[in-house]
Amino acid sequence: MSAISDQIVPRSGHGAWLVWLGAAAMAFLAVFALALSMSAARLADSWTAALAQSATVRVSAPPAELDAQTEAVLEVLRTTPGIEDARVMTPEEQGDLLSVWLGPDLPLDALPLPRMVEVWETADGPDRQGLRLRLSAEAPGAIYDDHTQWRRPLIDAASRLRAVSGLALALIGAVTGAIIALAASAALASNAQVIRVLRLVGARDRFIARAFVRRMTRRAALGGVIGTALGMASMIGLPSLGPDATSGLGFQGAGWLAPLLVPVLIAVVAWAAAMATAFTVLRGVT
Amino acid sequence: MIQFEDVAHDYGGGALFEGVTVALDAGSFHFLTGPSGAGKSTFLKLCYGELLPSRGTVLLNDTSLRSMSRDALAEMRNSIGVVHQDCQFLDHLDIRSNVALPLSATGRPVSERDVDDLLNWVGLRAQAEALPPTLSGGERQRAALARAVIAAPRVLLADEPTGNLDWDMSQRLLSLMMELNRMGTAVLIATHDMNLIRTAKSHVSARVLRIAGRKLQSAGSEL
Repeated sequence: MSAISDQIVPRSGHGAWLVWLGAAAMAFLAVFALALSMSAARLADSWTAALAQSATVRVSAPPAELDAQTEAVLEVLRTTPGIEDARVMTPEEQGDLLSVWLGPDLPLDALPLPRMVEVWETADGPDRQGLRLRLSAEAPGAIYDDHTQWRRPLIDAASRLRAVSGLALALIGAVTGAIIALAASAALASNAQVIRVLRLVGARDRFIARAFVRRMTRRAALGGVIGTALGMASMIGLPSLGPDATSGLGFQGAGWLAPLLVPVLIAVVAWAAAMATAFTVLRGVT
Repeated sequence: MIQFEDVAHDYGGGALFEGVTVALDAGSFHFLTGPSGAGKSTFLKLCYGELLPSRGTVLLNDTSLRSMSRDALAEMRNSIGVVHQDCQFLDHLDIRSNVALPLSATGRPVSERDVDDLLNWVGLRAQAEALPPTLSGGERQRAALARAVIAAPRVLLADEPTGNLDWDMSQRLLSLMMELNRMGTAVLIATHDMNLIRTAKSHVSARVLRIAGRKLQSAGSEL
């Protein structure tokens, strides 16, 4: 039965190229959208991990009081539960940070810079409200910055990036379905006599639909495999952002298995779209 | 098997025929005659559900065509062999595959030997691998008849099945249809060929129906 089912639709369908080319293009784009989604997730995780358990205390005071207030800050931090470690950043380290923004030739020694204390929190973290109160009492010029104001927008941005890439994937699926539906409709219309003869000899709609749908699904799956292979090859060819390229666009580790699902999903979408179209068209044939 | 109850049909320009009440019982043999355009092909299409009547009821095995699901209609058609006047085929498949289509398209096993025997009977054994467009009109009609009978239908409907055939081949196909009728298949042949009707009536008990003046009449006494 499957043998004749494969043969009853003539092979020279005009929509054949449309199906596999469309599926290949959509698969190629889907690989990029998937990479974007996974990269956004990785980025959000990376930023969250990097910023969640670190903080900075900025000590701004007249030069005469700066050392005393810095020492007071370190003492408060040493005696605060939830603080794992704290250290004063060296002038060179502060210079390195600022040279990125202000240039290497700026005379930093001449500027009244605040003293920076780098803080590492434990997993549970400190009582930040209480810590701020203690710091304001012991060192009025100290400000505890747990990076929340930086972290939240970054994580929001990563989440939105992920949502956008998810939307792109959904759109790719919808366009794939539309292409297949269009091609299936054209194939059914150009094979009106085939359908009429099959109905005449007693073939059920399911049999006729399967003959068309099977071919559509195969072509879409083939296009999906080609498009996915090209997409993955393009990903491999992307320039590396360095050894710690967590923020780079692309797949990492087991993430390379994810795009292998793209041809499968393309085939499933093609099957569903072609099946729905076939039954709709066949209902109009006696 | 097939019953018409007060059936009328029109294509929008007035009734082609009306008030038709007739039954094609199992094992019966009918001819359908009438002038061109009287509605013979339409009558046949109503018999296998390609058309629904404008008025009245067509029953296939006591089930109204109107209430039949598409699957039920397909099932029913598998027990009705039809020879169309225009002999439609799947032009990209060879004659052997086309003849076997009523079996293969419904998931039933195809016996190559049975197909070959049937092709032999209709004189198309040598054309088994040929594509339909390469056949002559007569050969196409014979192939259509072979396809119509391959699944041992309970009803055989034929629209001018011998229109393009010489007398010998017409006799040969008629004898095949009469043989099927003896085995219980109801046969309805729409034809203009009075010689064919007379020949058949000398061998089987055939009833002749005529569509004329928008009515279906029994014409048996005139032949």
